[in-house]
Amino acid sequence: MAYPENYKYTREHEWIEVAGNVGTVGITDYAQTSLGDIVFVDAPKVGTKVQKGSVFGSVESVKAVSDLYSPVTGTVTGVNEELHASPEKINTDAHSSWIIKVELSNPSELDALLSAIDYEKFIAEETGK
Amino acid sequence: MATSAPITLRKTALNVMHRRMGAKMVVFGGWDMPVEYLGLIAEHMAVRTGVGLFDVSHMGDIQLRGPGSLDAVQHISMNDASKLQEGQAHYSAMLYPQGTFVDDVIVHKLSDNDYLIVINAGTREKDFHWVKSNVQRFNCHANDYSDYYTQLAIQGPKAAETLAKLTNVDLSSIKGYWFKWGTVCGLANTLIARTGYTGEDGFEIYVPSDVATSERVWNEVLEAGKDFGILPCGLGARNTLRLESAMSLYEHEISDKINVFEAHLDRFLKLEKGPFTGSEALKTIQAEGGPTKKLVGLEIIERGIARDGYAVLNAAGKKIGVVTSGSPAPFLKKNIALAYVPTELAVVDGEVAVEVRGNPVKARIVPTPFYRRPKKTA
Repeated sequence: MAYPENYKYTREHEWIEVAGNVGTVGITDYAQTSLGDIVFVDAPKVGTKVQKGSVFGSVESVKAVSDLYSPVTGTVTGVNEELHASPEKINTDAHSSWIIKVELSNPSELDALLSAIDYEKFIAEETGK
Repeated sequence: MATSAPITLRKTALNVMHRRMGAKMVVFGGWDMPVEYLGLIAEHMAVRTGVGLFDVSHMGDIQLRGPGSLDAVQHISMNDASKLQEGQAHYSAMLYPQGTFVDDVIVHKLSDNDYLIVINAGTREKDFHWVKSNVQRFNCHANDYSDYYTQLAIQGPKAAETLAKLTNVDLSSIKGYWFKWGTVCGLANTLIARTGYTGEDGFEIYVPSDVATSERVWNEVLEAGKDFGILPCGLGARNTLRLESAMSLYEHEISDKINVFEAHLDRFLKLEKGPFTGSEALKTIQAEGGPTKKLVGLEIIERGIARDGYAVLNAAGKKIGVVTSGSPAPFLKKNIALAYVPTELAVVDGEVAVEVRGNPVKARIVPTPFYRRPKKTA
């Protein structure tokens, strides 16, 4: 699986794609594979403040709940309503199924995130491959 | 995410096969088991609409043999084994003296001198020691045969047609909860039981547990079921299937702290057969007004998924009970749960709430099982 090079990644398996001052956030293909069939997405409302490293919502598969950690600090400016009725879209295409859009209050936080290569190394270590 | 497995995990004979097939593995009751292969939902649906294959070799098999076997079984099991005919099995449980559960079991009568008790994976050692020490005064011998068998469950409306390709036994002559011996995949004297844990028609077969035989039979069943869309199924689907059918899971609906009346399993309790381990405590509970809490089925009616261990709340937001098992139901397409609530609230159509990560989500008490398979007209 190719991890988009223009995205940045967290060790909790979120991705963020930044355009200007807005970051679009989702979970990685590795995350959706581990979760299995996704049946529920719990996302915050527009206007909610999120903190880097803090839980902003959750994704549920049939057998498990997985917390979502925000890669950045800021304000939620968009929520992907499609996932309300069709959460399984994350399984089909995790890297296009965005969950929230965040207006960044501290863009320098992006520097601490993983590049695609570093993320791939990270999951290779996790799976012992 | 997953970390490296601890050293003393137990494995079935099909462990390498499961890994070779790309199964996601999980630790269950000390066993390294497949949780899903293609996907939980696909596997669940295969069992409900076609056929699925499970490796359930982690379960245990205790055989009681000798002239005193029936007396021994009657002493440790709450159902009435004297009502079993040769070739018949029934659901039961072994109880502690206080009327709570050692384990739930399936008792099979092989002959007047020979009973097979199939027990859960996580309780194998505990159950065997329990049986051995409790049957000492009877003229019988208890043997742990668990490691001798690879136990496969073939479940679904097409299970019979699948298994029929592999055996000379006329499967229509085996009714639900009965069993026969016959040749399966060329193996003579194989136990074929019409039992299962899915709520569908199906069979459990017991074959020798060497890797070569186990893998051969596994592959032959998958081949035989190809026309019906057979899928190998893991513990994930096993759990959602048994939950839709409201079947109990040890340490969830039943445990050493829960009694038979609370667990709503008293239809399998035969106090009239005479005293047995747990009977006196249960009679006392009955005489004193019955259980103070009861197991009910919940359908979640607001947006949210109830999960094992979540609190059940009343309308005022006060905790009144607990979810023992909760999950989305793939076939029913609802979110369901089994839960303990106070007896006075255990009424169908009653409304409660489940606390889902800090928020109350409304749920309605519904009859169980949530799912009943369609009756065959043929």
